[in-house]
Amino acid sequence: MKPALVVLTIAVVYILHQDWWNWTAAHPLAFGFLPIGLWYHALYTIAAAFLMVALVRWCWPTGLERDE
Amino acid sequence: MIPALFVLAYLGIVLYIGIFAFRRSSGQSEDFFLAGRSLGPWVFLLSLFGSHMTAFAILGSSGHAFNFGIVTYGLMASSSALVVPLCLLFLGTRLWSVGKRFGLITPVQIFRDRWECGHIGTLIFFLQAALLVPYIIIGVMGGGTTLSVISGGFIPFWLGGLIVALVVMSYVFFGGMRGTAWVNTFQTVLFLCFGAIAVTLISQGMGGFTAVTERLLNNPNTASLLTREKFSLTTFLGYTFNPLSAIAFPHIAIFCLTARKVTQFKRTVIFYPICLLLIWLPCVYLGVAANQATDIPAIEAKLEAKAATGRPVPGDDVMLQLLGRYAPVWVAGLLGAGIMAAVMASDSQILALSTMFTEDIFAFYGGKDKFGEKAQIATGRLFVVLVTAFAYFTALNAKVAIFDLAVQYAFAGYAAMAPLFVAALCWRGSTKWGALASTLFIAASTIALYLLPRGFTIAGFAPVVPMTLISAALVWGVSLLTPKPSATTINRYFPESSV
Repeated sequence: MKPALVVLTIAVVYILHQDWWNWTAAHPLAFGFLPIGLWYHALYTIAAAFLMVALVRWCWPTGLERDE
Repeated sequence: MIPALFVLAYLGIVLYIGIFAFRRSSGQSEDFFLAGRSLGPWVFLLSLFGSHMTAFAILGSSGHAFNFGIVTYGLMASSSALVVPLCLLFLGTRLWSVGKRFGLITPVQIFRDRWECGHIGTLIFFLQAALLVPYIIIGVMGGGTTLSVISGGFIPFWLGGLIVALVVMSYVFFGGMRGTAWVNTFQTVLFLCFGAIAVTLISQGMGGFTAVTERLLNNPNTASLLTREKFSLTTFLGYTFNPLSAIAFPHIAIFCLTARKVTQFKRTVIFYPICLLLIWLPCVYLGVAANQATDIPAIEAKLEAKAATGRPVPGDDVMLQLLGRYAPVWVAGLLGAGIMAAVMASDSQILALSTMFTEDIFAFYGGKDKFGEKAQIATGRLFVVLVTAFAYFTALNAKVAIFDLAVQYAFAGYAAMAPLFVAALCWRGSTKWGALASTLFIAASTIALYLLPRGFTIAGFAPVVPMTLISAALVWGVSLLTPKPSATTINRYFPESSV
């Protein structure tokens, strides 16, 4: 994966952390009890895990295995 | 008192694990301080995660959420879910590589080797050590609070802290890194298993998830806790700098050197966010829900104080209060042990400090050559005792909440040190003078933080933001103007782009 694309992807995910559109809202409640601001960031955490899967797959630092 | 017995039994188990690890040790310093660089993939993931999650993650987060609401999760957990794995992927793997290639054990050893410096490394050691001590104190405070609350006050705070300090000190003393890693693995599994049970049982005890949230929404005093309207966007943005501290924490950096293979980082990087979710989401939700637990006298008193003063109140014990009130006795005992598991993450910090002292000071200034390897390990063990004793006596007099203590000093200082790691591991052009300028700035600004009023901001941002940016600018700017290390050294660190 090209470095510029990696940086851009990470920057987009970083910006998505600043969910100002949920700032003053508690509704809708996920599963009837989880405020949207908390639910959004729980999903964000899962999305971060998927981003890491992609980075490990396509951006793994090469050449380090030689030291194993 | 029965839950406290569970916790004491748990402490006995971890003590045994430490002694068992002692029997497996080879008596060499690399074995004591790095478990012989032999940790397998799951132990590496769980122990590294366990050593990062402390009393701050369990007691501090629920206490902060009790006062400020759901914002706590976004402030620390979801930002860490992005930043910490990135640090491990791009910096942790490189730390592992140079540590393995050149036989280095601590970050300061790497800095000294990379930048061909001696005393500048010593200065970095003192800064890292000074910033780590508050974090160790947090662990002792958390231990004292846990045992005191869970025993209904039968075990006073001073005795609870003393018991935890002695147990941690013992298994670190005997087991070294292997004992610490095994205990951390056991602890992380325990808490990950019981966190979901805790939130379910406590919510059921309070009438169910939906009822709890509805009551919070219908109460004008608590409705805002389910939004972030009382928190500024700039503050929220600034907190995303705090997780940069992860890679600069000595206990995390040193843990990166314990993996058997670099490929073991893959699992850690991927599962780290999920582990964060499993620990932080229950803690934050329960911290907010505690605002409805008016049938618990201790929480009722906090709510009255909060309403009367309009200011945050000490909330580090709310999770334990909920546990004592709503969970069955045996479950409360198991969960108390689980909470204690996270609280006791100070073990790896104590070991890291000991490792740094023996390698960066004792060995570097000739102690190892003069007195031998056995004396080096003995010095490390003596240092473990001294650090634990110091942390314990300081914790007895600490008046600051766990969350504040962590954020104010440890996070800000270590996040500002992250540019040093980036410069050393990723940039051929960095120099020791750039590192020195950054280190002096961080030391001065940390002292300033101590002197300035709490909650001090610059243009709405917490101090961690300007500290990190200025630190990065100093490493970069000063390095551009000063002579580089020898080509031999640079080529050793960056063989793929040798000149």
